Amino acid sequence: MSARTTPRTMYDKIWDAHLVDEQEDGTCLLYIDRHLVHEVTSPQAFEGLRMTGRKVHAPGNTLAVADHNVPTAGRANGIDDPESKLQVDTLEKNAAEFGVEYLPMLDIRQGIVHIVGPEQGFTLPGTTIVCGDSHTSTHGAFGALAHGIGTSEVEHVLATQTLIQSKAKNMRVTVNGQLPPHVTAKDIILAIIGEIGTAGGTGYVIEFAGEAIRSLSMEGRMTVCNMTIEGGARAGLIAPDEKTYEYLKGRPRAPQGEMWERAVDYWRSLPSDEGAHFDKEVVLDAASLPPIVTWGTSPENVVSIEGAVPDPAKIADEAKRTAIERALKYMGLEPNTKMTDIKLDRVFIGSCTNGRIEDIREVAKIAKGRKVAAHVSAMVVPGSGLVKEQAEQEGLDKILIEAGFDWREPGCSMCLAMNADKLAPGERCASTSNRNFEGRQGRGGRTHLVSPEMAAAAAIAGHFVDVRKFS
Amino acid sequence: MDKFKKLEGVAAPMPLINIDTDMIIPKQFLKTIKRTGLGKNLFDEMRYKDDGSEVEDFVLNKPAYRNAEILVAGDNFGCGSSREHAPWALLDFGIRCIISTSFADIFYNNCFKNGILPIKLPQEDVDKLMDDAERGANARLTVDLEAQEIRGPDGGVIKFDIDPFRKHCLMEGLDDVGLTLQKKSAIETFEAKRAEEQPWL
Ligand code: SF4
Repeated sequence: MSARTTPRTMYDKIWDAHLVDEQEDGTCLLYIDRHLVHEVTSPQAFEGLRMTGRKVHAPGNTLAVADHNVPTAGRANGIDDPESKLQVDTLEKNAAEFGVEYLPMLDIRQGIVHIVGPEQGFTLPGTTIVCGDSHTSTHGAFGALAHGIGTSEVEHVLATQTLIQSKAKNMRVTVNGQLPPHVTAKDIILAIIGEIGTAGGTGYVIEFAGEAIRSLSMEGRMTVCNMTIEGGARAGLIAPDEKTYEYLKGRPRAPQGEMWERAVDYWRSLPSDEGAHFDKEVVLDAASLPPIVTWGTSPENVVSIEGAVPDPAKIADEAKRTAIERALKYMGLEPNTKMTDIKLDRVFIGSCTNGRIEDIREVAKIAKGRKVAAHVSAMVVPGSGLVKEQAEQEGLDKILIEAGFDWREPGCSMCLAMNADKLAPGERCASTSNRNFEGRQGRGGRTHLVSPEMAAAAAIAGHFVDVRKFS
Repeated sequence: MDKFKKLEGVAAPMPLINIDTDMIIPKQFLKTIKRTGLGKNLFDEMRYKDDGSEVEDFVLNKPAYRNAEILVAGDNFGCGSSREHAPWALLDFGIRCIISTSFADIFYNNCFKNGILPIKLPQEDVDKLMDDAERGANARLTVDLEAQEIRGPDGGVIKFDIDPFRKHCLMEGLDDVGLTLQKKSAIETFEAKRAEEQPWL
């Protein structure tokens, strides 16, 4: 069979379409269509350009926004922390100096870089997208090959609009059937990570397929792709379809008019061909999934809300047992504790995993007419200024404030606690973000990853509850 | 970037699996706009107590390992965020080589960009080197990139694989950007084709 007629995966197609050069040993130069830049991983890259007298090769394909360090309250007064301020100011200056568009902190379009890209229509199917941030995998929800890179690679992309890469293998995760009520995209991806492990995707690009994935909204698909990196994969991909086009149509940076038609024609050619080869296949049944909570300090430490904290004494493998013991000690949990008996101090709703309008709607539905438990402090941080505006137009902010949630300005916030929002040592938090690593939300802080609905229900109950039975 | 040819040094054992980049360099140190100076905060939360004093039994605080240049680590080293601050902190501390059964993708890439050699080995080889590393300062390893082998203190030799292009770049200390810019015309040809086929981009 010739190369043309060999069935190809979507990853193969996007890869082939971006190949600039290939060396004999398989090292490839891949063209990068879109580059997102934020303040934490870019200063040293711009500095590198300055030191070597290089320019940004395609400033029009680069978009900069500050998100990690920005305060989520009182931002009109600027940034208090001098180091955070320096980093944000440095991004603004670098963007101006190198001719890159920058969305300032007070611009309504400002937000978490992975929420801003799709909102602006900067993220498009069939493109290659990179950012100095591992959760760039989010954009794969649009059928874009999107992944995180390091700062040296940020510099490389700025200078050349290409990336040196070798091709990953193809994995397909098929999620059949329909999700039960109150089980969400977040539970799907947590279940997948629990299944394959945090290194299970290493060396692969994962395509998500199946009825349950097709049924998800674009927001839900972004949640799934967002956490692909937590399964170790280089990127996650979902084939574009009518939902994708509907989401993108009319967005500021999406193609318009006749160009739109041409683009959609092309995008329709992207899905994997019938019979395309996947090096690894994983199949899950959506109908059997429960709401999921993490108990430990790795995203693979998942358990059903009906389950309990594991007992290391029952684990034969020594490295695994030690890791569990260490995690339980850090998390301040006793083996065999029922998940629903775990009391919370804080709740964080937001991040590039679950900071979109749909997430906030779900939270508001649960919060309506109820109150956050007296001992819990709960915050909702919209993923962007536009999400915030939309939520306020729908009156969701009022419902949340009425229920006792703290309604914030957009940014990464307590997903990684680089700004003032953080856990105190020993505090326990239900979080809709993507990482429960030691210290992730503040030194000594204890994070349990959950869906927005589960986080909202937990905020009200004061401990984890099965949102399916929550009334 | 410093060239990497041969390294002889003390190897520190870190058998913990899934050592993530938040552990390697916690986010409060990501506010820098420089690449250097992060070594003192490497593994900060494991290495220091709340009052700033050292945790005595943390491996890099033990006298035998204070000058370690090699880490022998558990599975899936470097998972988590893309922060290049992780290899910068390792390098600034003096670590030039990490040995494990597996590495997270982005971290693995980032190492090469900074002259650090990550070596993937089968479990039994890592176990053997972990045992060697447990023996402290007496257990010096020699990592010979040219010959693609690690020589242990007892004269044992372990061979490792590495991508030839990456090996070449490490050995010569090559700057990727410079190399790619030599292919400028191929990039421009690609861009012309792209403008025709996908004019909406
Ligand atoms: S919200 Fe969290 S995971 Fe997402 S980009 Fe910000 S810090 Fe990273």
